Amino acid sequence: MTVADTQPKDGLEKTGVWAALARSTVLRSLLLLVIAGVVLLVISTYVSAYHDLQIATGAYYFAALAGLTVLAGCSGQISLGNGALMAVGAYTVALLIGNEGWALIPALVASAVVTAAVGWPVGAAASRLRGPYLAGATLAFAVGLPALADKFPATFGGENGLIINPPVPPASLGFNFPLERWEAWIACGGALVVMFVLYNLMHSGFGRSMAAVRDDEIAASLCGLRVGRTQTVAFVISAACAGLGGGLLCVVLQLAQPGAFPLQLSLSLLTGVVLGGLGSLVGAIWGAALLVLLPNWTNDLANSFSLSTKVSANLPLAIYGLVLIAAILVWPSGIQGGVRALGRWLKNRWAR
Amino acid sequence: MTKFIDLTLNGISTGAIYAAVALALVLIWRATRIVNFAQGAMLMVTTFIAYAVINATGSYVLGFVVALASGFVLGAVIERVLIRPVEGGPPLNAVIITLGLYTLLVAAAGMIWGNTPKSFPAAFSIRGYEVGGTRLLFAPNDTFIVVVVIAVALGLALLFRATTLGLQLRAAAFKPEVARLLGVRVGRMFTLGWALAAVAGSLAGILVAPSIFVGPNNFDPILISGFVAAVIGGLDSPPGAVVGGLLLGLALSYVSGYEGSSLVPLAALVILVLVLMVRPTGLFSATKERRV
Repeated sequence: MTVADTQPKDGLEKTGVWAALARSTVLRSLLLLVIAGVVLLVISTYVSAYHDLQIATGAYYFAALAGLTVLAGCSGQISLGNGALMAVGAYTVALLIGNEGWALIPALVASAVVTAAVGWPVGAAASRLRGPYLAGATLAFAVGLPALADKFPATFGGENGLIINPPVPPASLGFNFPLERWEAWIACGGALVVMFVLYNLMHSGFGRSMAAVRDDEIAASLCGLRVGRTQTVAFVISAACAGLGGGLLCVVLQLAQPGAFPLQLSLSLLTGVVLGGLGSLVGAIWGAALLVLLPNWTNDLANSFSLSTKVSANLPLAIYGLVLIAAILVWPSGIQGGVRALGRWLKNRWAR
Repeated sequence: MTKFIDLTLNGISTGAIYAAVALALVLIWRATRIVNFAQGAMLMVTTFIAYAVINATGSYVLGFVVALASGFVLGAVIERVLIRPVEGGPPLNAVIITLGLYTLLVAAAGMIWGNTPKSFPAAFSIRGYEVGGTRLLFAPNDTFIVVVVIAVALGLALLFRATTLGLQLRAAAFKPEVARLLGVRVGRMFTLGWALAAVAGSLAGILVAPSIFVGPNNFDPILISGFVAAVIGGLDSPPGAVVGGLLLGLALSYVSGYEGSSLVPLAALVILVLVLMVRPTGLFSATKERRV
């Protein structure tokens, strides 16, 4: 993706509703948002509780993945700490809802804000130098942060973490409304907000600044862009998304626990965005689907081939590693890149 | 006061290990401008190989030698097969490849040896020296660690400064195109750089294994410390890596002794952020700070 891709290409000659949609990113994304919301609402109503839980899981993964894909794909930085940033969001929600008795939505907003505040100094420090420093600093963050739960067991509950009460569906939805469906709605609501904000951000002036900084820092600074600040802001935005993802995770699982946020979580998030296609929000959906479905598939695989626990427990991790390496060496644009190529091919066939 | 002396001695011994990891990272950075995030996993694998050899033969020396040799081969093969295609490309690609390699190696080790950490023998006694009736937190094995790391650092310095091969290595790292015009086999030098780095890494793995045990994820903090030590030293300078390793070893030993060992990785992060804020080029670097 280059800077030119993000410019509106056509639509100025057209009139009516379509012209308005083509011109206004906000209107377009609102329409997509409503469609996606309705689709999710319908699907979640007709599937089983187990699948509702899977949808909820995919939705909080998506929030974190979307932040990471914007950071890596649009601003060219890489963070290995987004799993730990999810922990910050999860603990924020657990503390605010469990101890302070906050309502759900303010607590989720707070999880994004607090995580952004935690991510700021890391991003600010690392944006002073080139790429690998941010990766290294965030790696240290991912390895070091879960230890805080042990250090302050009175606040963070040590190894066992914090437990909160499940969210209560509003009475207007009926007495027998399943909890899993309500959790899926909450998580999907959060994911859609992230989608809306990031989509508009990518198509805004700031999105173009990020792309310019990514493609050529010297040229960007000659144009008056503040390279370091643009990168720091991109990191803070991705931290906020990870924090919201972690907050949603805490609401869905009713648990914030250090063991839920190992280094592997950060690496699987990275695998998700690379596989989906860096810089693509739709790619983040593919990535979220992978993170939800892959553990199930490998479990089935391990069962049907009766593999030992040593092998089956490490199989998802091995696949993540292979996917990361193979994606970069063979197919760097990921699934969404493949879908786009297919779309272009079909369009050419159609035009002939 | 005794505690302070103990922590200082302990810091020197762990600092030597950090220095070896930092050396591994610096050698690779100099050769190919890549931070090798798979270093921790690579030295984990070679330490597991040493563990298997020691268990099978009962000989520490044999395990030691096999680990270093397998490190050499592993480093060379990884550079040739996985890293060569992304050299000179966007830094992001190299970072993702090394992370994929990290994930793959951790999973493979877990499949072969299981996720439960295993104990690893020390080369010499780990009972501290006795001075004037008090037992110090510094044992013959710590002397061994410090001596071996100093020997390796000096050996590398000799190789780089005093041999033709070292000159070729430096030339290939400094100006690949010019070196290639002058007949240096640049690709081969990069492979050798990775192999040497992996040897330094596997050395660190064996030396640290007795105190942290051998498990697929046990070496992650070592990688972090090595990275921070390398950044303190400037990421570009082998002497800087050694000094950075020792400084960090002392700092983290005090943190661990006075504040608790669970804070060590976070303390490493704080030190990293401070170094990047105050002196982003490290203490010994010749590279320029990025001006933005």
